[in-house]
Amino acid sequence: MVQTVITPPGRFAAPNLREMWNAREVLYRFGMRDIVLRYRQTAVGVVWVLLQPLVSAGIFSIVFGQVAGLSSDGKPYFIFSFVGMLAWNLFSQVLNRSAGSMVGSQALISKVYFPRILVPLSGILSVFVDFVIALGLCIVLLFVYGINPGWPVLLLPLWAVLIAFLGAGLGLAASAIMVRYRDVAYVLPWLVQTLMFASPVAYSVSDVPSNLTTLFNLNPLAWFLDLFRWSLLGTPAPEPWKFVGAVVVSLLVLTWGMFVFQKFEREFADVI
Amino acid sequence: MRVAGLGKTYRIGLSGDRPTTAVEAALRWARNPVRRGSHELFDALDDLTFDIPWGEATGIIGRNGAGKSTLLKVLTRITAPTRGRIELNGRIGSLLEVGTGFHPELTGRENIYLNGALLGMTRGEIRRHFDEIVDFSGVAQFLDTPVKRYSSGMYVRLAFSVAAHLETEILAIDEVLAVGDAEFQAKSLAKMRDVAKDGRTVLFVSHQVQTVTALCTSAIYLDKGRLAYEGDVAGALDLYRRSFEKFALEQRDAGTRPGSGELRAIDVEIGEDQLEPDGEKTILVRVGANPKLIGSYFVSCHINDVNGSVLVQCDSRVVGGWYDAATEHTIRLTVRTPWLKPGRYTVDVFVCKTGVLDAWEGAAGFEVLPHNPYPELAGDEALTKGLVLADFDYKED
Repeated sequence: MVQTVITPPGRFAAPNLREMWNAREVLYRFGMRDIVLRYRQTAVGVVWVLLQPLVSAGIFSIVFGQVAGLSSDGKPYFIFSFVGMLAWNLFSQVLNRSAGSMVGSQALISKVYFPRILVPLSGILSVFVDFVIALGLCIVLLFVYGINPGWPVLLLPLWAVLIAFLGAGLGLAASAIMVRYRDVAYVLPWLVQTLMFASPVAYSVSDVPSNLTTLFNLNPLAWFLDLFRWSLLGTPAPEPWKFVGAVVVSLLVLTWGMFVFQKFEREFADVI
Repeated sequence: MRVAGLGKTYRIGLSGDRPTTAVEAALRWARNPVRRGSHELFDALDDLTFDIPWGEATGIIGRNGAGKSTLLKVLTRITAPTRGRIELNGRIGSLLEVGTGFHPELTGRENIYLNGALLGMTRGEIRRHFDEIVDFSGVAQFLDTPVKRYSSGMYVRLAFSVAAHLETEILAIDEVLAVGDAEFQAKSLAKMRDVAKDGRTVLFVSHQVQTVTALCTSAIYLDKGRLAYEGDVAGALDLYRRSFEKFALEQRDAGTRPGSGELRAIDVEIGEDQLEPDGEKTILVRVGANPKLIGSYFVSCHINDVNGSVLVQCDSRVVGGWYDAATEHTIRLTVRTPWLKPGRYTVDVFVCKTGVLDAWEGAAGFEVLPHNPYPELAGDEALTKGLVLADFDYKED
C-alpha cells in the first residue's frame, strides 16, 4: 500500500516525477479532450490547421519575397516561409496553450488534486497533432517543388521535440506567474508577436545586415529555424554550435520552467 | 490515517492587500521596498491532532466557517498545510464537488474516462468499473451524447457514479449527497455505506445531521479551526446542537451581530413557547428607531429546524411590509402554513434596507408539540420523511 505524507511545502520543490508518471492517464485524457474538441466543434477542423500556415506563408512570400525582394537561401519563397511557419507555430502554440491553461482550469484546480504541471503540459499533445498534419502538407509541397532534403530529415523529430520543450519551459513559467499576476495574459501575445518578427520565420538570416547578425544569432529560435530548414529543405548545415546550443538551451529552459512552476504551485488553490 | 499538529494559515489583506497585477506589485515595492505588506493572519485550522483508524467512517461536523472544508482540502492535497504533518496509508480520493472536470462538449463516455483519471483512477480501473458506473447512473442510453445536453439531474448522477466507484483506500466526501432526486439520494447513501463496510476509510463533511448519523461510526467536531471533540457520533452531534444555543446567547448582544448596525432589532418574541403543529405561529419583532436613517426598511424572518436547514423565509417585502426607520415599530408576523413537525425550531431575523442593517441569527426559539395534526393516526413512518407537514387531503374523483 502506498503511504503518503503531506507536510508544508519547502522552499524548493523539484517536480515529483514518480507522481507525474502515476498520473499520466490525466495527461492523456486532457490531451484527448483538447484534440477531440478541436475537431468536433469546428465545422472543418482539419482545414483550419492547414489553412493558417498556408495563408501566412503566402502572405510572407508576397510581402517579403515579392515586395521587399528578399532572398530565401535559394529555395522557393513559399516553401521557405511555410517551413518557417511550421516551426514557429509549434513553438508559439505550445507557449500559448500552456501559458493560459492554469487560469483556464481554475475550477479544476480548486476542487481536485492531481499534479498541476499536467495542465500546461497537456496542451502539447494537441499542438503536436496539428504539427503532424501541417507536416504532411509540407511533405506534399516538397514533392511539388521537387526538393529532396536528404538524410537530415531524420533529425526533424528531434528538433520538433526540442522546440516544443523551449515553448513548454516558457509556457510553464508564464502559466504559473499568470495565476498571481494576470497581466502576463496581456503582455504575452504582444511579446510572442514581436518575437515572430524578430526571428527569421519569414526571411533568412543571410539577409540581415552583418552588423546585426550577432544579435540575431543570440535568438535560440533562429537556430531552430535554421535546423528545421536544414532538415526539411536541404539548406546548408548550420554551424555546429547551433546544434549544441539548441539542445542545451531547450533543456535548460524546460527545467527552469518546471522549477518556476513548482515554486508557485503550492499556493495555486489559494490564489487562483 | 494520522494527523499531527496540522495548521493552515491564510493571509488576509487589510485593504485588499495582495497585489493582483505585476505593475501594482512593482509600484508597491518601489514605494516601500522594506515593508512586507501589512496583513492579518487567519488560522483556518489550528493544531489539529487526531487519528482515524482503518475502515472507520468519520463525520466532520462544525458550524459554518469552522474549517471543515479546509480540512478536507488539506487532506486531499488541494491546498498545502502551513504546519504539521499528515500520514495517509493508502490513496485518498475526493468527492468534493461532483462533476468537476466534466467538459460539456464531451460525451458521457469520454467524461467518465476524463473524470475517472482526474480522480486518480487508472485506465484499467475505469474500464473494469465502466459498466457498473453506467448502470448506477442510469444514463446508459445517453452515453454518446455530449453532457451539455443532459438534464442537470442526469449530469449529477453520472458525476456521482464515477466518483462513487473510486477504489481509493480513503475517500473524502463533502456534502455531495444533497444531489439528485430522493431515489438517487437513497441509492448514493447505500453506496456510501457499502464503501465504509468494505473496510475503507471514509471522511464525511455534512450539515445534514441525518446523513452523518446514518453513515458515520465516529465523528470529529471542529470549532473555529480547532478540534473540539473526537469520538462517537452522538457526542459530536450533541455538541453541534448545543453550539446553536451558545451562539444564540452570544447573538443577544447587538454589538456582536453582523450588519451595518444603523438599526437593530431590540427584541424578538414568539406568541407562545409551545405550539401545535397546525397552529398559527406568531412572531413579534421589535425594531428600534434611528431618526438619522432616511427611508423605510423591511424585515425578513427565517424559521430553521434543529439541523439548521432553513424551512421558510418570510420576507416582508413580498407582502408590502415597509417600515419607517424614524420611529420604533413592533411588527407581528403570522405564519399559517406549512405545518411544522414536532421538534425544536429557531428563528433568524434580518432587518434590511439596501444592505443588511441587522442580522440576528437564532433570535428566538420555539417548540412544536408532538401532536398529530391529522385526523387519523398512523405509524411514525407516515410523518417522518418530509421536512415540514402539509395541509392536504385525498379525494376520489
